[in-house]
Amino acid sequence: MSSVVWFESYWAGMKPEVGGKAASLGEMLGAGLPVPPGFALRTSAFRASRDSSDLDAQLARLLHGLDTENTNMVSERCAEIRGLIETMPVEAQVRDELQRAYEELCQLSQTDELPVAVRSSATSEDSPDASFAGEHDTYLWVRGADQVLDSVRRCWASLFTDRATCYRVQMGYDHRTVEMSVVVQKMVQPIAAGVAFTLNPSDGDRSQIAIESTWGFGEGVVSGEITPDNFLVDKVLLEISRRKISKKAHEFRLSDHDTVEKVETDEERAMSPSLTDAQIKAIAHLAKAAEKHYGCPQDIEWAVDVDSPEGGNIVLLQARPETVWSKHRRPPVAAGASSTDFMSSIVSTLVNPLHTRKS
Amino acid sequence: MADRFPSPFDIATPEGAEGWQDMYTYPSLFSEQRRGFEDSMFWFQDGVHWPNVLTPWDATFYEFAIASLSQYNTRHLQVPPANGIAFRILNGFGYLSPVPADPNTIEERAANFTDRAGHYFMNWDSLYDQWMVKIRTLVGELESLEFATLPELEDADDVVKSGAGLGTGYKIQDNYHRLISLGLKLWNYHFEFLNLGYAAYLDFFMFCKTVFPSIPDLAIAKMVAGVDVDLFRPDDELKRLARKAVESGVAEAFSAGDVEATCQILKGSSEGQSWIASFQESAEPWFNFSTGSGFYHQDKIWIENVEVPFEFIRNYINMLNEGQDLSRPVDAIRAERDRVVTEYTALLENPEDQEAFQGKLGLARTVFPYVENHNFYVEHWSHSVIWRKMRQLGQVFVKEGFWSEADDIFYLKRTEVEDALWDYYVAWATPEAPAGPGYWPKIIADRKRICEALAKVKPSPGLGVPPEVVTEPFTVMLWGITSDSVKSWLGGGEATEGELRGMAASPGVVEGLARVVLSPAQLSEIQQGEILVAPLTTPSWAPIFGKIQATVTDSGGMMSHAAIVCREYGLPAVTGTGFATSNITTGQRIRVDGTNGIVTLLD
Repeated sequence: MSSVVWFESYWAGMKPEVGGKAASLGEMLGAGLPVPPGFALRTSAFRASRDSSDLDAQLARLLHGLDTENTNMVSERCAEIRGLIETMPVEAQVRDELQRAYEELCQLSQTDELPVAVRSSATSEDSPDASFAGEHDTYLWVRGADQVLDSVRRCWASLFTDRATCYRVQMGYDHRTVEMSVVVQKMVQPIAAGVAFTLNPSDGDRSQIAIESTWGFGEGVVSGEITPDNFLVDKVLLEISRRKISKKAHEFRLSDHDTVEKVETDEERAMSPSLTDAQIKAIAHLAKAAEKHYGCPQDIEWAVDVDSPEGGNIVLLQARPETVWSKHRRPPVAAGASSTDFMSSIVSTLVNPLHTRKS
Repeated sequence: MADRFPSPFDIATPEGAEGWQDMYTYPSLFSEQRRGFEDSMFWFQDGVHWPNVLTPWDATFYEFAIASLSQYNTRHLQVPPANGIAFRILNGFGYLSPVPADPNTIEERAANFTDRAGHYFMNWDSLYDQWMVKIRTLVGELESLEFATLPELEDADDVVKSGAGLGTGYKIQDNYHRLISLGLKLWNYHFEFLNLGYAAYLDFFMFCKTVFPSIPDLAIAKMVAGVDVDLFRPDDELKRLARKAVESGVAEAFSAGDVEATCQILKGSSEGQSWIASFQESAEPWFNFSTGSGFYHQDKIWIENVEVPFEFIRNYINMLNEGQDLSRPVDAIRAERDRVVTEYTALLENPEDQEAFQGKLGLARTVFPYVENHNFYVEHWSHSVIWRKMRQLGQVFVKEGFWSEADDIFYLKRTEVEDALWDYYVAWATPEAPAGPGYWPKIIADRKRICEALAKVKPSPGLGVPPEVVTEPFTVMLWGITSDSVKSWLGGGEATEGELRGMAASPGVVEGLARVVLSPAQLSEIQQGEILVAPLTTPSWAPIFGKIQATVTDSGGMMSHAAIVCREYGLPAVTGTGFATSNITTGQRIRVDGTNGIVTLLD
């Protein structure tokens, strides 16, 4: 069995082997939510590498008599363990499969040395190993198969953070049972990016999808540094019901050394819509699918990927429940209205034609 | 920008149109006696129904229609906030002004309205069935009116010995009186249901706007719109005939040139004869269909101008030969409508709201077939018969030397036709020469000249002081007149920054070359893929909708017939722009955003 699981071949039974992060990406893809392409490395990859090396013997040595009260000792020994893992040879088949998978990802985007994100993916949310490991283990803009391999080992090594190691010692857990999966996912280089809400944030209208968009990375939209373009899309008809193009004086772009930098946009670009109508509709479609998948209003981050072909280049970066309007339940508008007093409703409609004005 | 339109009393008579007032009934003119009232009101030109100069007789339906509308609002149903609509004619064009009810009476009116309108809503289906019977009976009565030259000697049996005691001279005058009263009856029937239909629609509309503040107007229209609609039947019949021609192998006949040549070929084969029989079957009643709004005697009626439906059929045959599928995907339309309703319903969080939504939608759907269909039965079918009968009468006068063409009769006021008939009758009875041949030709010639002079001056879209906010619901829905459109009229209709705004009548955004069509006669100029720009469109233009990408009109609201038809045909449309035909030229590149009601001039 290959140690690589592409997101699109994920199914629920794999969750213990690929961890929560990979599982959620696989589920999203399965629900028609286009996350950036990538794959997970099964937990077996770490086991195979551990078993084909002398890591177990080294672990036994370094963990023997570990005094969890002695922070110096903990920190020294854990650092050594992590160093061992970061440099240990990866089992040959695993290494080949990982390399091949990375190359495939490069081909998919028609880019050599495709930048990817490498993240740890915890295998069980309840397990303390999981919650300690991988807390901050995300490596962005990783380029080339060797770098990917290094990042994978660093993710594995994060199983032996000081905190996680001490916890296991105190609880009497066997270090040999700890598991770790790693996710490798394409880094999106956005032409445009932003956020979308599956309701109108200004009035809570559930029939609308509000999209905020700017050139380049979406950081500026989230932080408020950039006034984004604004679009309102009817959720049912998927028609653009309102649009406001703002002056986007800056944009966040990828620098030559893989950092995100803020640059000024020229006048014409600043005033041009950052999305085409087709893209706006595709994002709305995606937001609607996310809301359906999660069963409640969503607040999503998305991007238009530069490397993907037009039509399939809208990707979902993150989805979380919308919290502001979802919290308060609104009273019914039709309070007391029943079929018998429909006439009073018609009368009041005619007498107070508030909404007959063109919006 | 000016904050008001000119007073009706400050509008000059166009050069050469002096004396135009004599063409119309005195109560339809602005006058010194009523100046106080008239100057206090805001008037808008009704370009939706009457975009052209009214000839004297054609003003009849203008008066009948608006008076009937008023009568229902004011005297029958007591629509709580709205009385009728005052109407006038100025320089040949019709101007309307909604008259609000006294705010102090609204409560009392509401009680009456609830009782009376409620009865209609509760018994809609049976009353509507009854309406269909009434309207068909009325058409039958109109058809039975005959206008023929009076006989040298009355028939011995039918007239004399039968003891009827009445002659054909009485009959011809009686028939004309009956035609006039049937016309008024027709317009009474027209408004028996119409505003109730709009009221129920409006109620659903406003509920949607309350629960979903940003819901597009057309989403609401889409949920209510019917799938099988009589108004689209004439177009369906054309397609059916085109298919029959292709399937029975007689399509070739349509490339023969004119109608006569085509018919000659068709008559030569049994398949062709069967096709002709099929055409005649469709024609009654479905080709009693006007190429215009149905309000002008000049509008061509398919059944009397067979070249019009033939041209459309030829067009459809070409499309079929190119492998196009002409059928409307009725099941898909139905499924899409269901999807839209289901999804909006699911977005409502409260069961009470869901129930109200379903209830209001149900009522709107019950009433809406009338809103969609009446147009065929009244403006098209019945009016077609009336125009036909009037021409028959006109021809009688031509024979007697009163005037030279049957259509000249439309340059007489409806009361003047009675005078002419009386003249004819007396001269026949006496016998002696009628006075008419020495009297009418000059008047008719003068009036034709006046109408031409009037037509040269574009009417002001409004008169008097507009209200700050246009709230009268029917004005907004039927005529597309909103606070915004009034403002843009006051701006003189200059296409500010190359943009025109109107009603977002049918969704979609397209770019293309404009084709400005000012009369139905120009329809054949339209090229594949162009954008139709017209004062208004009528349902009978549907057959060219397969050729065009979008529609822009000067007049019309969300519920105007143009809007209904464009939605039905999935054609982006912006209606009620006010000035599209004067700001856009044929061949100009424009973008039509039917979702937001914006037309952008690109060059």
